[in-house]
Amino acid sequence: METAFSALVGIFFAVAVYLLLSKHIIRILLGTAILSNAVNLLIFTAGRLTREVPPIIPNHLSVPAEMIANPLPQALVLTAIVISFSLFAFLLVLTYRAYQELGTDDTEEMRVAEPVDDGLPPMGY
Amino acid sequence: MAAAQSKSVDLSQAMILEPVPALDWLVIAPVALPLLFGAVLLMLRHRTETQPRIAIASLAILFCVDVGLLVHVWTGGPVVMTMGRWLPPFGISFVADMLGATLVATAGLVALVCGIFSVGTVNFVGRRYGFYAFMLLMLAGVNGSFLTGDIFNLYVWFEVFLIASFGLIILGSGKRQIDGATKYAILNLVATTLFLIATGYLYGIFGTLNMADVALKASQLRTSAPLVTLATLYLIAFSMKAAAFPLNFWLPASYHTPRIVVAALFAGLLTKVGVYALMRILVMLFPPEHAILSSLIVWIAIGTMLIGILGALAQSDIRRLLGFVVVSGIGFMLAGIGLGSDVGLAGSIVYAVHSMLVMTALYLMAGQIRRAGGSYVLSELAGLYRTNPMMAAIALFLVLAAAGLPPGSGLWPKVMLVQASLADGSWWLASAILVTGLLTTLALGRLFVLVFWRAGNDGDAAGRTALSVTASTQMAVLLLCVPIAVLGIWPEPVIAAAQFAASGLLEPGAYASAVFSAEVTQ
Repeated sequence: METAFSALVGIFFAVAVYLLLSKHIIRILLGTAILSNAVNLLIFTAGRLTREVPPIIPNHLSVPAEMIANPLPQALVLTAIVISFSLFAFLLVLTYRAYQELGTDDTEEMRVAEPVDDGLPPMGY
Repeated sequence: MAAAQSKSVDLSQAMILEPVPALDWLVIAPVALPLLFGAVLLMLRHRTETQPRIAIASLAILFCVDVGLLVHVWTGGPVVMTMGRWLPPFGISFVADMLGATLVATAGLVALVCGIFSVGTVNFVGRRYGFYAFMLLMLAGVNGSFLTGDIFNLYVWFEVFLIASFGLIILGSGKRQIDGATKYAILNLVATTLFLIATGYLYGIFGTLNMADVALKASQLRTSAPLVTLATLYLIAFSMKAAAFPLNFWLPASYHTPRIVVAALFAGLLTKVGVYALMRILVMLFPPEHAILSSLIVWIAIGTMLIGILGALAQSDIRRLLGFVVVSGIGFMLAGIGLGSDVGLAGSIVYAVHSMLVMTALYLMAGQIRRAGGSYVLSELAGLYRTNPMMAAIALFLVLAAAGLPPGSGLWPKVMLVQASLADGSWWLASAILVTGLLTTLALGRLFVLVFWRAGNDGDAAGRTALSVTASTQMAVLLLCVPIAVLGIWPEPVIAAAQFAASGLLEPGAYASAVFSAEVTQ
């Protein structure tokens, strides 16, 4: 089970890195979305996968009777999902504004902050 | 699991039953108070007149609390508080050791000064869009990063200050800001995601996220787990957050775009969190892996120092020049981390304190120059000495401090770093530090000569209307000069604190026993 998930996580990472290497912001955004999902799956797999055993301790015991699913990765993944979702929403609006203001989504043409012909500092006193 | 040891419901097996000592609440105060004040300021968003007063008062309270925490840690060793009363490693621990407490206090001072500076410079629109609220929330995130004892929690604080910094960098929505913010946001998001990837692997290997627990378990797992790979992942992630070469390009692309007080805050606080995390994770948790990676870190440090300062030499916009100087300073801190010796780490910590103070002051000074001279571009500025002699004196002092010349604070950390690299036999690192110091003197000295000394248009750049420098901004810069001068003239207390902090990193026994003080396993 973990092996299959590891392979899946690897595929997610490969796709994410491919998209992140693009020049176009919208593809980079998709890359970050896939990257954050890859991480979520990774954490989930890192907590070891077990099938359908909820982490509930019966009333008369103080420890679980058998192997249970690890609840911690789910808490971690939930946190990571919320964070990456909010950041993704922010980035979507930001890049849309950037497209409106700068008229391009090509990173090589986004040179407003760092103009090509910025000029050197004065060479003499 | 801790509960596994008991048959009956005995809460002492799983929970901390004795109440937290009153003074130990100081650990959580640097995070809780800015969150609280930030929420209040968010509610008072429309009261633009009262906002600065509340913000400055809360930042002053916060600074006092930070100093209190520092004194408490200095006298009593690491202070721990575990959330929800669960015994560590199950509850999330907040741990203030000397390193964290020192950086929190410095961050509090930097934020207070930026708060005072912002009164005269952030207009009503900026306040209405939540400048002060974002500032306090970012401070909460930064303080949380310095104080948390849990790696996943560290990631959460990284994201907290990241999202607050997005709000600050975009405030005003100029074209340049949007361009810079896009690059800043995406690259920083990728860096924190890399950090989360490494944390996922760490959890898979150790089954715990508590730093003290990881430090204790690492020695047992060293033969079976790929810890060098894990350490390398952390190195990449935190180097990107710290803007180390070759992952530094987001910083000079974005730090010159927002308001100057925002840039000053970023330069003072954000990259240092990356450096802090490198110290905490690499040096404290994985010492043998750190030793394997140390020569790589030293080369990264040399590259960062030299590339940073060469970039600064080529800039004509003062803010972009300072962005490259920030990058160069990161190289110094990495040099000490790479050396990994007692003196080297202490040098890095002193340099971090120095850099937080001086880089903020330099950015604020750039704002002053803009007000007095009407421009940020070196070729358009001249002769400010004639109109603003006081400002020129402060600027000269700051330039000397940043270049590592007395009487400023930059001299001592560089002495310590050179001493440590010579003791290590790395003469090339020592010479790189000295050459970078020379180039910094050139880059910033030229800035001073061109802006203040060059005969010119009587402080009025190219017909632009120059604004008079307000008293509150001048006072803010002067206020920041006081600790810089103290650190330059009487450095012993800070060096002693840094040595205390460095020994705490190299021998995490006190840290771990403080976390696990309550009779638990290990």
